[in-house]
Amino acid sequence: MSFPQVESRSARRTLTIATRILLALKLDGPLLIGLAMVACYGLIVLYSASGQNSDMILRTLLRMGLGAAAMVAVAQLRPNTLRNAAPWLYAGGVLLLLVVDASGYIGKGAQRWLDLGFIRFQPSEIMKIAVPMLVAWYLQERPLPLGLGTLAVTAAIILVPVGLTAIQPDLGTALLILIGGALVVLMAGVPLLVLAALALVGMSSAWFGWTLLHDYQRQRVFTFIDPQNDPLGAGYHIIQSQIAIGSGGVFGKGWMNGSQSQLEYLPERHTDFIFAVIGEEFGLLGMLVLVMLYLFVVGRALYLATQMQDTFARLLGSSLALTFFVYVFINTGMVCGLLPVVGVPLPLVSYGGTSMVTLLAGFGILMALYSHRKLVGS
Amino acid sequence: MAGPVSIKNPQREQHAFQRRIVLAVSLVAVAAVVLAGRLFLLQVLRHDYYLQLSQGNRARLEPIPANRGLILDRNGKVLAENQAAYQLELIREQVPDLATTLRGLAQLQLIPADEVDDIRRLVRARRGFEAVPIRLRMSEEEIARFAVHRHQFPGVDIRTRLTRFYPNGDLAVHALGYVAAIGEADLPRIDRSAYAGTTLIGKLGVESAREKELHGTNGFREVLVNAQGRSVQAQGGLAPDLRSRAPKAGADLILSLDLVAQQAAEQALRGRRGVVVALDPANGDVLVLASQPGFDPGLFGRGLTRAEYRNLETDIDRPLFNRALRGTYPPGSTVKPVIALAGLHNGTVSPESSRFCSGEYYLPGSSKPFREGRSGRHGAVNLEDAIAVSCDVYFYGLANQLGVDNIAEFLAPFGYGKPTGIDIAGEQSGILPSREWKKKRFKRRQDQVWFPGETVNFGIGQGYMTVTPMQQAHMVATVASRGRSFKPRLVTGMRNAETGQATVVAPQALPTVEGIPEADWNHVFNGMMGTMTRGTGRGVGNGAAYSIAGKTGTAQVFSVGANEKYVEKNVSERLRDHSWFIAFAPVEKPRIALVVLVENGGFGASAAGPIARKVLDAYLLPQLVAAAPAVTAAPQAKP
Repeated sequence: MSFPQVESRSARRTLTIATRILLALKLDGPLLIGLAMVACYGLIVLYSASGQNSDMILRTLLRMGLGAAAMVAVAQLRPNTLRNAAPWLYAGGVLLLLVVDASGYIGKGAQRWLDLGFIRFQPSEIMKIAVPMLVAWYLQERPLPLGLGTLAVTAAIILVPVGLTAIQPDLGTALLILIGGALVVLMAGVPLLVLAALALVGMSSAWFGWTLLHDYQRQRVFTFIDPQNDPLGAGYHIIQSQIAIGSGGVFGKGWMNGSQSQLEYLPERHTDFIFAVIGEEFGLLGMLVLVMLYLFVVGRALYLATQMQDTFARLLGSSLALTFFVYVFINTGMVCGLLPVVGVPLPLVSYGGTSMVTLLAGFGILMALYSHRKLVGS
Repeated sequence: MAGPVSIKNPQREQHAFQRRIVLAVSLVAVAAVVLAGRLFLLQVLRHDYYLQLSQGNRARLEPIPANRGLILDRNGKVLAENQAAYQLELIREQVPDLATTLRGLAQLQLIPADEVDDIRRLVRARRGFEAVPIRLRMSEEEIARFAVHRHQFPGVDIRTRLTRFYPNGDLAVHALGYVAAIGEADLPRIDRSAYAGTTLIGKLGVESAREKELHGTNGFREVLVNAQGRSVQAQGGLAPDLRSRAPKAGADLILSLDLVAQQAAEQALRGRRGVVVALDPANGDVLVLASQPGFDPGLFGRGLTRAEYRNLETDIDRPLFNRALRGTYPPGSTVKPVIALAGLHNGTVSPESSRFCSGEYYLPGSSKPFREGRSGRHGAVNLEDAIAVSCDVYFYGLANQLGVDNIAEFLAPFGYGKPTGIDIAGEQSGILPSREWKKKRFKRRQDQVWFPGETVNFGIGQGYMTVTPMQQAHMVATVASRGRSFKPRLVTGMRNAETGQATVVAPQALPTVEGIPEADWNHVFNGMMGTMTRGTGRGVGNGAAYSIAGKTGTAQVFSVGANEKYVEKNVSERLRDHSWFIAFAPVEKPRIALVVLVENGGFGASAAGPIARKVLDAYLLPQLVAAAPAVTAAPQAKP
C-alpha cells in the first residue's frame, strides 16, 4: 500500500523539477504540451500521408527542432527587446521581400524563396510576425479607440508587405499577413463606425483585387463555388478531398489505410491537404481530436495574453494566438470545402515550408511576453 | 494588482481588452462549431455517398475470362481446345529507348521492319505503364530467339494468352465452326457485361450454336488502382478488401462426330468439291459432316487480314460455304427408293410385276421421249431390279401413275422440303415440289400449271426437286430404320469442365413414317442391296465385310436437249453432273446411313461411291473387329 505513495511522491518531485526547468527557460508548460501533442499527431499522420517516407519525417523532425530552438531562444527575450526590435525586423523583412520580388521579376514567374545555399528561406514568413509586432508597437502608445489617422498609418504598415507578397504571387501568405495585422487592430479596438467603413473599403478593394488576380487564382474561387463544374481540373482538389473526408466516416479507415490518400487521388496529401488524410484515416473523431488540440493551444495562448499587463504584449500576444487559429480555420475550411482553395498549410502538421519555425517562434514571443510580465508589472 | 504603466487608463483598457478577448473566444467557438458541423455533414450524413465514390476511385474491375469449353468427338477425341499463344508485349516506361528497342526487335525479325513506325505510334498512344502487345502468335523458334536476347530488351516480355486451337486443322470445320473476334454483328445477341474480357466468340457450327454453354461465366477481380490508373499491389499499409469471383469454365461439348470416319471422309473428298454426311439411324447422331473444301478455323482466331478473308470469300470453290446444310441439289436417282416405296404404298405397283425398259419413255399421247440415263435399255425389270440398275424408264412410268400429289405427300414425312432441324444454324429447306408449291412459286398464270412431264422427271429426282445432303442423309436414315426418324444432332452430351459431370442430350424423335409394311421395306432394301451386288454400285461394295444397301445418283446441272446425249468430256467441268451415293449398313441392323455428293463428279458410282465405301469401312470395320470373337483379336491386342 505504500508503494503508490512513493510513486506519487517521486512523480511530484519530477513534476516540480520540470516546472522549474520550464520556469528557468521562460516556457509555458500547458502551451508547450499542447504544441507537442499537435506536432506528434502531425508526425503520425505525415508518416502515412507521405507514403511512409522516413526521409520526410526526419526533415520534419529537424524543422521541429529548429522551431523549438527558435521558440526557446525567442522566449528568453525581454518584451522591451522585442518592442525595440519590431521596426528593425519589419524593415529588414520588407527589404528581403523587395529582393525576392526583384529576382522573381528577373527570373519570371513565381518567386517566394531566398536561397541562402544551406537553407531556402521565405521572407514573407518573417512578415507574419514582423507585421503584428510593428502594429502592436505602433498602437501601444495610442489612446483607444483608434483615430482615423492612426488607422491609416496602421493600414500602410500592413498593406505594404501584403502587397509585396501578393505580387510574388503568394496570395495565401499575403492573406495571412493581412489577417495577422488586422487582428492586432481589432484587438486594439476599433469603433463600430470605422469597422463598417473598413468593411466597405475591404469589399471594394476585394473587387479591385479580383481584377488583379491571376487566372488560376480566380479559377480557385470559381471552383470553390462549384467544384463539380470542372471535376478533373481545378475542382479536382476539392472533390477528392471531400471524398477522402466523407469516406472516412466517424472512425476512419485506419492509419495508412486511406485509399484516397494512399493511392494518390488526394493531391497535396502531405502538405496543404493533410487534414483530409486525417479525416479519411482517423475519421470524424480523429479530426475533432486535432481541432480540440488546436483549440486548447489557442485557448491557452489567449489566456496568456489576458494575463499580460501592457498593451504591446496584450495586442501582440492575443493577435498571435488568434492568427494561429485563423491559419487552422482557413486550412481546415478549405480542405472540407467551406472556403476557397488557398495555399495555406495546416499549422505544425503540414509538411515543409518555413512556417514551422515562424509559428514556433511566434509562440516563443507569447511565452516571452507572458513569463516576463512580472518584470513589467513590478 | 499591478501598477499603472502608462498615462492612459489601464484599468479601463484591461477591461475593454478582456471584453474583446471574450468576443474573440466566442468567434473562435463559432468557427469551430461551423467546422465541426461541416465535418459532421461530410462524414456522417453523406458518408455513404462519399464512401461509394472512394470505392469507385480505388478499384478497377478486371475481368477474368472463363476457359471456353472443349469440343470432343463421340469417343472423347479433342476437336477443339484452348492453347496458350505467345505474344510479345512492351511496357513503355520500362523501356530505356523505344526507338532503339523496336529497331533491335526488327533486326531479330520479331517484328516486321516496315511496321516499326506504326508500332511506335501505337505504343506511344497508350499509357506508359500499360503492356501493349506488339506481336501476336509467336512461333516456338521466335520465342527461343527472343529468349536469347531478352536481356537486351528490358520492358519487353512474352505473355501467354489462351486462344482456340483446332488440333485437326480444317477437319469438320463446317460442323465445328470457328471463333473470331467479337464483331459489331455479334453485339445484339450477347450480354455485353457477361462478355467483358472475352475477345472471341463462336461463329458458325456448334461453336456458334452452343456459344452460351461453351462460353462459361467470366469472373472478375478488383484491382487496386492509383490516381494515374496504374494498378498497384498495395500502397502503404493499405490492405483493402477487394472482391473477386472465379470464372466458371464453359461446358465441354461431346459431339456425335466420329473422328476416324470424319477423317476418312475428308481424306477421300480432298481435292474435290463435295459432301459426306453420315447419320446413326438409331438416334440421329451425325457421325460425319464433311463439306469440302473447308478452311482453317484457326485463321480467324489469329486475326485474318481483310485480303485473306476476301480470298476465302471469293474463292470459286467457296470454302466458307457449308454444302452439307446449305447446298441444294437435285437428288437424282437417290430419290428412287422412296419413290418405289410410294408406289408400293399406294398400290401403284406390285413388287413382282415387271415393266419393259426400251431406253425411252413416252407419256401417253406424247411423242416427246424421256431418255434412260446412261445404261441404255434394261429390258424387263421389276421393282427391285429397277432400284438396283437405276432404271429411269421404270420410275418415269411409276411417277406418272402415282401423280405429283401422291409423290409429294408420301415424300414429306421423310423430311423433304423443310429443314431437318439439326442443332446448328444455316440449314436450307430444299424444294419438295407439288402443284400447290408451283402455284406459290410462280407469278404468271401459265407458269403455275403443273405439267405431266414434270411428274415424270420428279420420279427420277430431277426437275424442281432439290435437297440438301443433310436432308438426303436424313431420308436414308429414316429408310434404314424402317420409318423411324430422329432430328440429326451434333451435340450428344455436355460435360462440366470442373466436376467432369456429364449430361446427356437425349435424341429427339420425329414422327415415324407410318403404314408401310415390313415387306415393302424389304423390297426396297433388296433393291438397294442389289445396287451393290449386281447394279450400278457393283464395284463399290466389293469385298465388304458387312452388308450394304446403296443407291447411286447423278444430278443434272446442265440440261441436255431431248435429242442430245450427255457426253461427259464435252461438258465443261463446272457443268458436269453431280455425283451422288447413298447407303446404309449393315442392312440387318443399320448403324450408319450415309450420303456422298461430289459436285460435278459425274456418274454417281464412279466419284461418290468409292468415297462412301471408305467412310463405311472407317466407321464400321473397327466396330466389327471389336465385336468379333476374341479368338483372333485378343492375343494381338494384348502385348
